[in-house]
Amino acid sequence: MKKFAKSHEWVEVEGKTAVVGISNHAQEELGDVVYVDLPEPGKEVKKGEVLCTIESVKAAADVYSPVSGKVLEVNKNLEEKPELVNESPESNGWLVKLEIVDESELSDLMDEEEYRKFCESEG
Amino acid sequence: MLIFERSRNGRSAYSLPPMDVPESVLDMEPHLIRKVEPGLPEVSELQIVRHYTELSRKNYAVDVGFYPLGSCTMKYNPKLNDALAESEDLSFLHPYQDEADLQGALELMYNLQNMLCEITGMDAFSLQPAAGAHGELTGMLIIRKYHKVNGNTHKKKILIPDSAHGTNPASAAMVGFEVVEIKSDSEGLVDVEELKKHLDENVAGIMLTNPNTLGLFEKNVSEVVQLVHEAGGLAYYDGANLNAIMGIAKPGEMGFDIVHLNLHKTFSTPHGMGGPGSGPVGVKKFLEEYLPVPLIQEGEGGSYTFKYDLKHSIGKVRSFYGNFSVLVRAYAYIMSMGAEGLKKVSEMAVLNANYLRKRLSERFKVAYERICMHEFVLDNYPVWKNLGVKTLDMAKRLLDLGFHAPTIYFPLIVKEAMMIEPTETESKEELDRFAEAMFRILEEAEKEPDILREAPKTTPVSRLDEAKASRHPVVRWRKEEERGS
Ligand SMILES: Cc1ncc(COP(=O)(O)O)c(C=O)c1O
Repeated sequence: MKKFAKSHEWVEVEGKTAVVGISNHAQEELGDVVYVDLPEPGKEVKKGEVLCTIESVKAAADVYSPVSGKVLEVNKNLEEKPELVNESPESNGWLVKLEIVDESELSDLMDEEEYRKFCESEG
Repeated sequence: MLIFERSRNGRSAYSLPPMDVPESVLDMEPHLIRKVEPGLPEVSELQIVRHYTELSRKNYAVDVGFYPLGSCTMKYNPKLNDALAESEDLSFLHPYQDEADLQGALELMYNLQNMLCEITGMDAFSLQPAAGAHGELTGMLIIRKYHKVNGNTHKKKILIPDSAHGTNPASAAMVGFEVVEIKSDSEGLVDVEELKKHLDENVAGIMLTNPNTLGLFEKNVSEVVQLVHEAGGLAYYDGANLNAIMGIAKPGEMGFDIVHLNLHKTFSTPHGMGGPGSGPVGVKKFLEEYLPVPLIQEGEGGSYTFKYDLKHSIGKVRSFYGNFSVLVRAYAYIMSMGAEGLKKVSEMAVLNANYLRKRLSERFKVAYERICMHEFVLDNYPVWKNLGVKTLDMAKRLLDLGFHAPTIYFPLIVKEAMMIEPTETESKEELDRFAEAMFRILEEAEKEPDILREAPKTTPVSRLDEAKASRHPVVRWRKEEERGS
């Protein structure tokens, strides 16, 4: 099940692995993505720290890590096709896989329904 | 069509008389001699004239129409100042000429240094930096050196508001500083409480634009500067927006230690399109020894010389003495406007912006609305949410209606931002015409939004695919034979 952060990232955990991406709402606000600056595998990030940067025709935006962990894998397809972030933000356009260290960090993230309400209240 | 595409083998725009000297072979290392022809276009004189005349007719410029590009101060620059910068007396000077030959040019630069000191309330100015961002870099190098000389190498943090121009964090990062973003408060100003949280012994300084990029005057500026000083940091003023405050407020009196100006905005050189620009940096007395060299000084008997012996100088930041022609325009502009004239410029720039803001606010949402300075920002998020039309679409439609589009999607803290800077040189009728065009666009958004989504239709090229251009840039034209993979 996906969990969402207030800074508009999602995370989905399977075992010790967390897949991270940006939400559909975030991709809409960003506009056409032209470049994703992905981290090196092995890099360690803390929850709330900058995980990577996404550049769109409008702006460059930081993506914050919704959980702490070590980068296992990045979505190599984005190098050639950054538009996947627009076309399929919550599936094929995933950004990074992390090995998570502390599952309890997930508890203060929102579920899909809570996140939808949050976006409405923000707009 | 590119001039290369007009090219036909053997066509030329000149005919030279037969050669009357013997042909000789270049005495050069063979690997330095070109083996293939350079591939220049082969066209007739008439084709060249038509080609460039056509290009110039496709161009949009301040001399053609209203250009409200926020943050860029695209105002009209008097032609007199161009004429002076191009005059033979000045444009044929060579920087390697002897100082004695250059007295007029040195006097001009010396006087300009002093005038900029007077306008900003600083004590010394270097005219070297070649653009605004270059001035910022110079300022950051000065801050780094100052802390080093004072044994404070741990001071590594530069505080920058989230509304700042993108060049600010970039300049600080280039010098090796750690950039810390300060959130704006609900009024669009530096949040003083937020600032306090980040003030510690590691603070090297703050970079602040005032008026900020929302066009708002940072009313707590004195407090902000004082707090940073108490933490042992220096205060840097991004004076790119000086057009709003000349003759009314001085960064030096707000407490700033270092300031840069964009002469190519406020002082009569057009901004943008590749330069040349000029971003002089001014400092308070205690930092004068850190400025880039050379400065211009007045010597004995009214002669002017270059001054190189500054104890802590960060060195040279550009070849020779900066972009001299821009300095000439600035000097001519300041001399012809006079102190009262410059003050009037700022008053009119602010009046025009407020007039247009007030008119547009009848139908549009203004971000952080209140009395603004020289520019203001529309928040077009409601238009997007309610009518499905983006700021981008509205900006493109303005091109059809005969205007240059405002700056869009900046500052980043306003969603669907449209940043409008009318400048002092526009008439009330022109501002009204723009407001009417904006209202018309809003009506179209309600009734026929596709007109906006497909705009522009009347320009030499219609809507460009910006995403594709960024994802797969083609930066060089190639001959048919060379294309392919
Ligand atoms: C507030 C501000 N700072 C810095 C700059 C950078 O100036 P430049 O483009 O000359 O590098 C600009 C340019 O528009 C600006 O508006």
